[in-house]
Amino acid sequence: MAADSVEREILIEASPEVVWGVITEPEQISRWFSDEADVEGRAGADGTLTWRPGGRGGHPESDAIVPIRVVEAEPFRRFSFRWNHPEGAAPDASNSALVEFSLIEEGDGTRLRVVESGIDAVTHDEQGKARYLEDHGHGWERHLGELLDYLASKPSGAAR
Amino acid sequence: MATAVAEDDALWAAVADPTRRRVLDALLEHGEATTTTLAKGLPVTRQAVAKHLAVLNRVGLVAGRRRGREVRYAVRPERLDDAAEAMARVAAQWDRRLARIKRLAESVQAEAAIDV
Repeated sequence: MAADSVEREILIEASPEVVWGVITEPEQISRWFSDEADVEGRAGADGTLTWRPGGRGGHPESDAIVPIRVVEAEPFRRFSFRWNHPEGAAPDASNSALVEFSLIEEGDGTRLRVVESGIDAVTHDEQGKARYLEDHGHGWERHLGELLDYLASKPSGAAR
Repeated sequence: MATAVAEDDALWAAVADPTRRRVLDALLEHGEATTTTLAKGLPVTRQAVAKHLAVLNRVGLVAGRRRGREVRYAVRPERLDDAAEAMARVAAQWDRRLARIKRLAESVQAEAAIDV
């Protein structure tokens, strides 16, 4: 796992088939992620996620429409997508974050793991983004991990 | 006036550069160091180190102290906490989403069990 990423997981008392449906079907995506989802759960599909004013994302003024492209869709096992790339641009490591879900059967349930990486590629302001591209940065590398370790070792460290 | 979001963005941009993170690492190691000392341990010029220090200084990640003819830099840990916090926020968002996925999936599963 790259150090510019966040990894979380949860154990769900439902089969991988059921969990798969929840994370890939547009009508379900709009119940846990964006307020609206217009994307097919197949590899290569391009679509959009929309957050409405007053909706879950709390965007107060106007719709926030975020491009998404499905990268991998291996039923009941793996689902990944890139998001937050500029509208009309092809998503890659420099302009989008990658979200990877893996589903692992565990007893009668499913362990759902999510890794989001390349976060720094999409969280800058425009100036920062331009500078980032100019510098050919490749995300937070192992050094951030060291910084986070350093922080975690301090009593008041916010990092985990 | 800078908003909290804009400040966050500047912070992320500052640490997004690998060389700048190496400068930060080196500073953490040394505790305090001059531009010249830092440049010796890094595969970049003194001028490049100075430039990176200026960016880090601007967002408050490092602070310089004049000692006679030289300026000694040190990391400001409270700002590093902010950077770590930005990452923790992303993690917290995923925790919330995963919790919703869990709730949805378990209710679908429970309905399916009743249908059978």
